[in-house]
Amino acid sequence: MFDLLIEYAPRLLSGAVMTLKLTFISVLIAAMLALPLALVRRSGSRYLQGPVRLYISFFRGTPLLAQLFLVYYGSGQFRPELTELGLWWFFRDPFYCAILTFSLNSAAYQTEILRGGLQAVSRQEVEAGMAIGMSKGLLYRKIILPHAYRIAFPALGNEIILMLKGSAIASVITLLDLMGHTRRVFSQTFDMSVYVWAALIYLLVTTLFVLVWRRMEHRMTRHFRAPVTPSAPLTSVIKESTRVS
Amino acid sequence: MTWFEYLSFGDSGWGDELLAGLGVTLSLALTALPFGLVLGMSVAAASVSARAVPRGVAFAFTTTIRGLPELLTLFLIYQGVGMLINATLKWFDPRAAFFELSPFIAGAVALTLVFGGYAGEVLRGAWQALDKGQREAAEAVGMSRWQVFRLIELPQILRLALPGLGNLWINLLKDTALVSVIALNDLMRVANIAVGVTKKPFLFFLTVCLLYWMVCIVFEWCIARMEKRANRGIRSI
Repeated sequence: MFDLLIEYAPRLLSGAVMTLKLTFISVLIAAMLALPLALVRRSGSRYLQGPVRLYISFFRGTPLLAQLFLVYYGSGQFRPELTELGLWWFFRDPFYCAILTFSLNSAAYQTEILRGGLQAVSRQEVEAGMAIGMSKGLLYRKIILPHAYRIAFPALGNEIILMLKGSAIASVITLLDLMGHTRRVFSQTFDMSVYVWAALIYLLVTTLFVLVWRRMEHRMTRHFRAPVTPSAPLTSVIKESTRVS
Repeated sequence: MTWFEYLSFGDSGWGDELLAGLGVTLSLALTALPFGLVLGMSVAAASVSARAVPRGVAFAFTTTIRGLPELLTLFLIYQGVGMLINATLKWFDPRAAFFELSPFIAGAVALTLVFGGYAGEVLRGAWQALDKGQREAAEAVGMSRWQVFRLIELPQILRLALPGLGNLWINLLKDTALVSVIALNDLMRVANIAVGVTKKPFLFFLTVCLLYWMVCIVFEWCIARMEKRANRGIRSI
C-alpha cells in the first residue's frame, strides 16, 4: 500500500493541485457574480428578478454532471458558429468548460446564501446608519455587506466544500484532477489502495479548510464574545455571556 | 430531422429511451431513500447515545462520508466491494467464476451511504432540539424506552428534520446522475448513447437537464406540501 503511494505520490499531488485550482478559481468567479445577483434578488425590479430566479432554480435543480456535459459536449453542436465568433478555443478546452460550469453553478448557490445573509441584517443597524446620514453606497459598504457576509460565512464555507467535492466530476471530461489521476492509476495498477489514498487526501484538504474557515469565523465574530478580563465585575461578564449564547 | 423528431417516441426518436432512463434514475433514488433513512436514523441514535464508542463511530462515519466526493464513494463501492467479493470467492473456491457487482446495486449502496451520512446529521440536530421535559414526562408515566421513541420522539423528529431531509432528497436525485459513470443505463447514460448516435449533444443534454429540473420542481412542491401538513398543529407566529 505504501509503495504505491511512493510511486504515484507526484501524480496524486499534481491532481490535488488541479482540484484546488478548479475549486478556488470557480468559487472566486462565483463570488464576484453572486453579490450583484443577490442584490438584484433582494431588491431589484420584478423584471430583473424573474431571470435571476430562473437561473438559480435551473442550476440548483439539475445535476452538476449534466450541466458540465451540456457546456463541454453541448457546445460541440455549435462548433461552426463558435469558431466564427472566435470562442471555440474556450469551449474546446475541458479546463475552461469546467471552470465556466462550476462558476455558474456555485454562483447560483452563493447568491441564495448571500440573499439569506442580506435578509438577516438587523433593521435597526440599517436605520441607525440612515439616521446619521449615510449615503446608500456607504450604508452598504460599512453596515449591510459586512453584516451580510458575516452571517453568510459558515454557509459559504459549506458551499466551498461542496464545490471542492463536486470538482471530482471534472475527471469525467478527461481533466486530470485528483479524481482523474486516481482513476488513471487504478486502471493501470488495479490496486484499490489508490482510492483509499485519494480519499485520505480529500479528507485532509476538507479538514484543513474547515479548520481555517472556523478560525476566520472566530475572528470575524470576536466582537460578540464578552471580554473576560480580571478587572471586569463578575456580574457583567455573566450577563454578557448569557446574552451571546 | 427536427428537434422534435429526435425526441419523439418510437424507433427513430429517443423519447421512450430517455423516459426509460428517467425510470431507472427514479427507481435508484427511491431504492436508496428508505435504506438511507434507516441508516441515518441509526447514525443519529448512535450520536445521541450516552456511550462514547457509538458516538465516536457515528462521528467518524458522518465526517468521512461528508468529506469524500460522491464520485469517489461510488468508485470505492463499485470497484472496491467488487474486488473484495471476488477475493473472498477465490479464497473459498479458487475456481469460482468472476462475480460482477451490478452497477445498480453498487449505485444504490453508495447513494444510501451518502444519504445516510448527511441524514444522520440532520436527524441528530432534530433529536437534540426536542424538549427534554417531554421525554421525562413520558418516562414518568411509565413508558418504555421504545415507546418514548416511537410515540413521543419520532413524530417530532420527522417534523423538525423534514426541511433538511427534503434538501437531501433533492441532492440524492441529482447525485444519481453520477451512476451513469459506472455504466448504469440511467437518464444521463441514455443521453450519452443518444449523443453518440445522433451527434446532437446540446439537444440531448439540454433535454436531460430539463427533465431533472422538472423532477426537482415537482418534488420541491411535494416537500413544501408535506411541511405544511406536518406543521399544521404548530401555531405560527
